[in-house]
Amino acid sequence: MIPEFIYTIIVILLKIAVVVGVTMLHVAYATYFERKVIGHMQVRLGPMRVGPHGLLQPIADGIKLFFKEDIIPAEADKTVFKIAPIVPVFAALSALAVIPFFEGFVIADINIGLLFILAMSSLGAYGIVMAGWSSNSKYSFLGGLRSSAQVISYEVAIGLSLVGVMILSGSLNLTEIVKAQQQFRHGMFLFPQFVAYFVFMVAAFAETNRAPFDLPEAESELVAGYFAEYSGMRFALFFAAEYIGMIIMSSIAVLCFWGGWTLPPALLDAAPALAVVPGIVWFLLKVYIHIFLFYWVRASLPRYRYDRLMSLGWKVLIPLALANIVVTSLVKFFL
Amino acid sequence: MLSKLFFGYFAVVLVTLSIVIITRKNPVHSVLWMLVMFFHIAGLYLFLNAEFLAAVQLILYAGAILVLFLFVIMMLNIKEEVTAKRFIGCWPAGAALGVLFVVMVASTLPVFQQGPPGPFSIEAIKSATHAKALGTLLYAEYLFPFEIASLILLIAIVGAVVLAKKGSNE
Repeated sequence: MIPEFIYTIIVILLKIAVVVGVTMLHVAYATYFERKVIGHMQVRLGPMRVGPHGLLQPIADGIKLFFKEDIIPAEADKTVFKIAPIVPVFAALSALAVIPFFEGFVIADINIGLLFILAMSSLGAYGIVMAGWSSNSKYSFLGGLRSSAQVISYEVAIGLSLVGVMILSGSLNLTEIVKAQQQFRHGMFLFPQFVAYFVFMVAAFAETNRAPFDLPEAESELVAGYFAEYSGMRFALFFAAEYIGMIIMSSIAVLCFWGGWTLPPALLDAAPALAVVPGIVWFLLKVYIHIFLFYWVRASLPRYRYDRLMSLGWKVLIPLALANIVVTSLVKFFL
Repeated sequence: MLSKLFFGYFAVVLVTLSIVIITRKNPVHSVLWMLVMFFHIAGLYLFLNAEFLAAVQLILYAGAILVLFLFVIMMLNIKEEVTAKRFIGCWPAGAALGVLFVVMVASTLPVFQQGPPGPFSIEAIKSATHAKALGTLLYAEYLFPFEIASLILLIAIVGAVVLAKKGSNE
């Protein structure tokens, strides 16, 4: 009994180490990928100096941030100021625990996986609010206020947009949701749930504070928003949390709408040779497409105005998501 | 033994945190301690195999309601609040009433009888998953009270909208 118990714990710890390690590496290179993509879209080369094609740039950035002086404002609420950057990273990394990366590989295969991710992503807002308030600076404070209002509004849209997926799959377990999509020939909820997918993606941009909804950190008016007073490693934690959030939102989009690690049955019938490729390859490929989408939108669209952002969330996205729930339930009930 | 240890931990921490929350000078710190308390309540739900309730506790209370609290409190002038007295003059009377209530509850404990076990044993919930068991019960057997609750919430929303509209017309 006891050796088996210890064996399980060791396996879980190993899985956590692998997932966190791989994710942090992805975070580092997501920044490189972002700078390269945006650079090329703006007819620049992006980072080129450190290593071939600037490949070592993320490592140089990491070392620089790690050794920078940690400055805490004299008038800040020191305890809250110090805890604030840890909260979003903790919340974002915890959400990774329930994401199935390929068949059978998930740290915690819980029944309420989707709700757990929603709960964790809603906690990320605390880090921002705490940072904004404890810095004792106007810019940080305004950034914190903006962000908390934005995140609360768009969380509703994210939750409602995923209800259609829950109805179709009849489960909150992410593995079950992926398997439920195999009943279709096209193997994805993307087609019956295209409205939900649209709402989810727009809300995901707002939830992760990415352009065109990056008002909390709008640099032209708020310096850097809620983390204006942060430096060195604490600043890097906020930065990492944003990128982990992006990876998680992309993963949910892939799992709930793009069939996760599976391929459409129609495609597999046409080209059976594709079944040899391990599922993780498809999963990562789909996630990379979504991350690229984040950068593409950032390079293409100007920043939204704040009141427009709020009315978009409450008056367009939430009614759309509600209508999608009604239609999906009716179709599911009568067919 | 292990389960008693878990429950003991949650009980002690919850009571301690409740006292910590009401005695903080800074209201923002109170709200942050409350966040820690909500986590422990969610832990208590998990420990009772109520995973859906635990998730909803975090999403609704920690993720939405408490952020709104924080939102409002951050608008206050904290410097004035910190110097203000934490309790009003007659707090000993309130404390005495609280102690009286605890004594009353404690005195009724010996006659407590456990009701007959219902159809939802831990095994039944585990096989049906907690969310499904709860949903079936809510939408089938307790549909009427559920609808009443949602109507009350709707009234609150309409009321809030009416109040907000009134202010903007003037």
